[in-house]
Amino acid sequence: MSTVLFLLFVVGIPLYGTYKKINVFNAFIDGAKQGFETSIAIVPHLVAMLVAIGMLRASGFFDSIQHVLGPFLQKIGMPIDVLPLALMRPFSGSAANGILVDIIHQHGGNAYVSYLAATIMGSTETTFYVIAVYFGVVNIRFTRHAIPAGLIADFVGIVASVIVCSYLFGYLR
Amino acid sequence: MLNIIWLLLIGTSVVFGIINHQIDAVLAAVTSSAKAAFELVLGLAGIMVFWLGLMRIAETCGLVRLIAKMLRPVLVRLFPEVPAEHPAMGEMVMNMSANMLGLLNAATPFGLRAMQALETLNPYPGVATNPMCLFLAINTSSIQLIPVTAIAYLAAGGAIHPTDVIASGLLASICSTVAAIVAIKMLVRLRCFNKVYP
Repeated sequence: MSTVLFLLFVVGIPLYGTYKKINVFNAFIDGAKQGFETSIAIVPHLVAMLVAIGMLRASGFFDSIQHVLGPFLQKIGMPIDVLPLALMRPFSGSAANGILVDIIHQHGGNAYVSYLAATIMGSTETTFYVIAVYFGVVNIRFTRHAIPAGLIADFVGIVASVIVCSYLFGYLR
Repeated sequence: MLNIIWLLLIGTSVVFGIINHQIDAVLAAVTSSAKAAFELVLGLAGIMVFWLGLMRIAETCGLVRLIAKMLRPVLVRLFPEVPAEHPAMGEMVMNMSANMLGLLNAATPFGLRAMQALETLNPYPGVATNPMCLFLAINTSSIQLIPVTAIAYLAAGGAIHPTDVIASGLLASICSTVAAIVAIKMLVRLRCFNKVYP
């Protein structure tokens, strides 16, 4: 299933592009350049976040939190490692990205936690940032129910990720 | 905002480091994490470059327009206050289509133009309208067809089946989008979100 999907992307997209009479190589290079710029642009954010999270982990903070929140998180099936990601996600995309990269780095790309974190990242958004920017362009000061609804959606996204991943990737645990 | 959080993270680690007698480990983590961060980017860059290149081909093929065509009838129903032929509808459709493909840089200009078009329908400037709130709630919970960055990160971490995250991301984001729509439609009935603004 996964191999088929991968092939579909890597071969299917260029073939379809050729069928549509597009210079696929030029299009690829064009997008790839942007990918390179993005990778370089995240370095400062990544260093800032990874240092802060690395310090926090070394300080034993997460072990202390585990004692308090552990039983509760265990009950809903959420590993403590993804808690910082869930907490940071609505505020900063680059910070959340840094945490996601850190989780995958710590546990490896094939770990249950890594898949869960990647799923959470995909199903939630930087709610406060998006709302600030989008309402900012039209000078909206009274945002009414937009923020509560956005946060509810993020929360449901996280809970849904935990449930979906325990079904799909439970074998990795 | 991030300013305070970052400061708090560093402050907390020093305090906990002292309490737990781990302050040497905390200080060692500064150097090792900074070094690891850059090494991670190096491993990541190649995969990121490849996926974004591939997605650009899909984009040039008109993949965004294809999804927009399918989305339009759904959106016309979700936004009864916005006339189907109003420019706001077109911009919203394009924004959501680009968002679903994880093309954030393409999505933002459409989104901002959608907000400006929605503002032309606003009887009370400065106060968010119902369609604006719904649009933002759907935007922030966006259904993910292809979570490009998540795949790239997993692949860089050595995942054997990084594309598996497509299925879980799709299911979870459908849940969050449905939750966003339901939340908006419920919250709009509350009096505190409908008081008369100056």
